[in-house]
Amino acid sequence: MTGVRNVTFQFDKRLLVLIGRGVLVLLAAMLVAAPWIFDLADLQVITELLCLLVLAVMWNLLAGYADIVTIGQHGFVGIGCYAFYAFAVFTDVGPYAAILLAGLTTLVFALPAMIVVFRLRAAYLAVGTWVLAEVMMLGAGKIDAFGAGLGISLPVSVVREFGGNIAERFTTIYWMALILAVTAMAATYFLMRSATGIGLTAMRDNEEAAGAVGVNLFRARVICFLWAAPFLGLAGALITLQKLRIAPAASFSIIDWTVYIIFIVVIGGVGSFEGPVIGTFVFFLIREYLQSWGVWHFIVLGGVSIAMVLIEPRGIWGLLRRVVPGDLIPVSHRPPRGS
Amino acid sequence: MAGAWANQIIQGILLGGLYAMFAIGLSLSVGIMRFVNIAHGDLIVLVSFLLLTLTTRLGVPLLVATAIVVPVAFVGGYLLQRLLLQRVLGQGVLSIVLVTFGLSVIIQNALQGIYGADTRLIQGGGIETETIQLAGGINIGMLPLAIFVFAVALVFALDLLLYRTRLGARIRAVSDDVASANLVGLRSAHIYAVAMGIVGVTVALSAGFMSVWTNFDPTSGPSRLLVAFEAVVLGGLGSLWGTLAGGIIVGIAQSLGAQVDAGWQLLAGHLVFLAVFLIRPQGLFPK
Repeated sequence: MTGVRNVTFQFDKRLLVLIGRGVLVLLAAMLVAAPWIFDLADLQVITELLCLLVLAVMWNLLAGYADIVTIGQHGFVGIGCYAFYAFAVFTDVGPYAAILLAGLTTLVFALPAMIVVFRLRAAYLAVGTWVLAEVMMLGAGKIDAFGAGLGISLPVSVVREFGGNIAERFTTIYWMALILAVTAMAATYFLMRSATGIGLTAMRDNEEAAGAVGVNLFRARVICFLWAAPFLGLAGALITLQKLRIAPAASFSIIDWTVYIIFIVVIGGVGSFEGPVIGTFVFFLIREYLQSWGVWHFIVLGGVSIAMVLIEPRGIWGLLRRVVPGDLIPVSHRPPRGS
Repeated sequence: MAGAWANQIIQGILLGGLYAMFAIGLSLSVGIMRFVNIAHGDLIVLVSFLLLTLTTRLGVPLLVATAIVVPVAFVGGYLLQRLLLQRVLGQGVLSIVLVTFGLSVIIQNALQGIYGADTRLIQGGGIETETIQLAGGINIGMLPLAIFVFAVALVFALDLLLYRTRLGARIRAVSDDVASANLVGLRSAHIYAVAMGIVGVTVALSAGFMSVWTNFDPTSGPSRLLVAFEAVVLGGLGSLWGTLAGGIIVGIAQSLGAQVDAGWQLLAGHLVFLAVFLIRPQGLFPK
């Protein structure tokens, strides 16, 4: 064995970043081509995943950057579901305007919610948002026009506006979900690149130092909270279009719109742009292969996320980032060369 | 009519005793360790199911079963803090929320996997049907009254423990300033774990009471957590007497809400909580 020389394999790690970006581009291309390459059932699954991705991006923006750890995200999703129903059925603004107005309505609800959320101490905030979501759900269940506690189906006339047959309709919904997901990610990307986002990233890394150099913490957190709300509402509207009905328990589902979302972000990676994307994909795999385990797949998800917090709080992307030298989606600005 | 409202207020105060029982443990963990354990309600439900197994499967009387479970809960709380929560205590709010949140989901689903989704109630051996008749047609249940008296006694005892004993002084020292406490030779990890063990004892006791008074199922934890949380916030950080008062306020609000319309019980509790919180964000009796 003395003849073995130390062969240095010159592998440039920066190649990994390129490979990662290549995978992302491929994924994006696949999503654009999806209506032609996937059948209806697959398209429905991808639509659902895109909605979950939007929710995950927003939860990550709040918990990972703005230090607003909520367990009440399902409240705003439910408001979006109910507002969409209200505008689509009780007014004649048209179904597409109803979707946009659902986002706007959620933003309007976010304003009074802030009075409560921003007065809660950090440790209380998570459960406080949960109480708010519970109030929204119980309140929605008291309104007879929305079928009270049982909920109500979308009228066929509204559903037809999105396409005469199932295939046409689901393709329309798919495109809307894709546009929403792209918009949510692009908008959040630009938010993170703005002065507000740089301040938040600084805060994430070192709160005291960020405050010392004049980052207005409160203003940045308010912007993030109001930023996330309309996207949650828009996702709620699209979710209602897939389920074709609203109901307090389903529209304000803590499992679907908060528990799963938290697992997605924690497993993928809190506080990184890649995290929610990776998390959504992993969640999809876990759900596909473990859902037949019933309650035990929740236990696996819970266990994995606790392990993640203990081993690598920045999730799978944090693990990969130990090898990969740069971000795939460069949210942070590069320092000028030579400085 | 006035009699009916007076009755609802009295029933609400007694319900507040149970809610205070839920909240005392949470109040301790918030006051001492400065975190909200998302799995608090689920731990109460978990112990209730343990009691269910002991009483129905093994035929142990509920009082004996609770006496068995209390030391187990102390050890459980100690180990939970020492082995899991202590590791993330210094990492900020996000980590502790995520770990206890994961624990909450695990407990709920494990209970569902083991016991099924059925609603349960433990037989208390007759005390749950005994009542005292007061003037004006007001009936006070023996069980709610006993729970209320016990809750007041527990607050009194824990207050003594925290402010009149060496252990209490150590716990408060670690809670006020971990670094300095370590410097003078206190083992903060051990003391936090003892505090969590005490929380475990309150969890076991409230589980004993809850399991005879109200129905529970594997997913009942979050609603208990929310009620406990509201009592703690209304009472003010670190004040056990405040927590008792907070529990009574939520109890009265729910009871009066139910008098208006049965479907308004929960919503009324939450709305009164939000209203009082907006008026006094620091709570009624902040330390």
